[in-house]
Amino acid sequence: MAITGSGYSPIVIDHFQNPRNVGELSDANAQASVTNPVCGDVLQLMLKIADGRIAEVRFKTFGCEAAIAASSLLTEMIQGKTVPDVQDITPEMITAALGGLPKVKLHASALVEEALKEALEHYGASHG
Amino acid sequence: MGEPLIYLDHNATTPLHPAVWDAMQPFLSDVFGNPSSLHSEGLQARDAVEEARERVAWLVGASAEEIVFTSSGTEADNLAILGSVLARQHLGRHIVTSQIEHPAVLGACRALEVQGFRVTRLPVGSEGMIDPDELGHVLTNGTILLTLMHANNEVGTIQPIRVCAALAHARGALVHTDAVQSLGKVPTLVDDLGIDLLSLSGHKIHGPKGVGALYVRRGIALDPIVTGGPQERGLRGGTEHVAAIVGLGVAAELAGARMADDMPQVAALRDRLEQGILATIPDVLVNGAAAARLPTTTNVSFKGVDGQSLVVGLDLRGVAASTGSACSSGSLEPSHVLIAMGLPDEWLRGAVRFSLGSGNTSAEVDAVLHMLPPMVARLRQHTSGSVRSATLAS
Repeated sequence: MAITGSGYSPIVIDHFQNPRNVGELSDANAQASVTNPVCGDVLQLMLKIADGRIAEVRFKTFGCEAAIAASSLLTEMIQGKTVPDVQDITPEMITAALGGLPKVKLHASALVEEALKEALEHYGASHG
Repeated sequence: MGEPLIYLDHNATTPLHPAVWDAMQPFLSDVFGNPSSLHSEGLQARDAVEEARERVAWLVGASAEEIVFTSSGTEADNLAILGSVLARQHLGRHIVTSQIEHPAVLGACRALEVQGFRVTRLPVGSEGMIDPDELGHVLTNGTILLTLMHANNEVGTIQPIRVCAALAHARGALVHTDAVQSLGKVPTLVDDLGIDLLSLSGHKIHGPKGVGALYVRRGIALDPIVTGGPQERGLRGGTEHVAAIVGLGVAAELAGARMADDMPQVAALRDRLEQGILATIPDVLVNGAAAARLPTTTNVSFKGVDGQSLVVGLDLRGVAASTGSACSSGSLEPSHVLIAMGLPDEWLRGAVRFSLGSGNTSAEVDAVLHMLPPMVARLRQHTSGSVRSATLAS
């Protein structure tokens, strides 16, 4: 059997091949657009928060396979959760949930975490 | 999974030819002698090395005594550049190269720059070609070496070596060319190219890894960079990797014998792939398309797509391709070759290299053409609208 997937975990491959929650939300009330200055990956995260819960989430990513997979996985991690539930998510938690990432791709988890933090700050600023 | 691999990454490395494997076997088992030994075991190994030297010399139109075996194309580049410059530093301290060289050449030039030599890196135009007029302007009487690659590993463009060599020779400089990618694909006869030093590698022509060679025109003195024993006329100390050298010799003979038959077929497959991509996928650019190119290589930019994610997507479907060069595909830096060609940012990250070989078939090309359009469309879906404009603005 051919070895494929460039050393990624099955979870990463699944999220890269079938990304969840791709797109935009017209009624988002929290959002962030972050860029990784090193590799140029760009992630846009949009959240609709209702009654303190993340009711809906969408993303768009211009980046490598790891960035796409991490973005997709994050949307599943936070969907339906309360803001306090998700505000302490760390890059390490995202990497672990992905089944690990190659060392050179750890910035993907960092980018995703940064987008979440920024979106929640944006929400906090407007909803105090 | 389980699908056969469609290998479109021959500029990274090639599969070993079965005849090469067969020829190498005895030297990995029964015939283990050291070529420097005087007994018959050693002489048998010595004869095999010298036969391989004849074969490699034949492929580049040289004499056997002008071929020095090395561990790789990279080592051949280093021996050519460091060895010739150190031997001729009393004549001048200026080296000319291009911005699109292989890292082996750029690294050796950089090492000399640190030692106080002056290095001029010629720019290239949008098609990846240097301008000989520009070379004429930067050459001085203190220029001791021009090192200019024959064919580029990433885009396949072929430089006007003969014209450039004549200009450099008129100033008294030596001329080296890295022919690792062009060997066996287009003619690389040293007298036609008019060069003094030429690097080649085994594993790009269906030979083994771990072996390369440097052609050194008769009468040119080099300083060794690996000192030690008298092997390779004192230019490269260390007991020879006999099996690999034997393999390189057979691979060289096969490449020379088959080039005229194989390469037009490979070119037709490459064109089929390229035309198919251009016909079925919007916003696609072939880098260096208007230049003279290797028959094996196409470098395609898919606008708004991350090339790495496309390469991994193809890999998951059993297709091996590459972003830029294999050496830098683990890095986050965009290709120095495409940057030198002035490729705009929105195209830079979407570059994917397909490099074909004589083992590829039209069915394989069609299979790739079938899977690419939806794959590219899906990756573009992630990035339409605001994310893409954010990328372009950054």
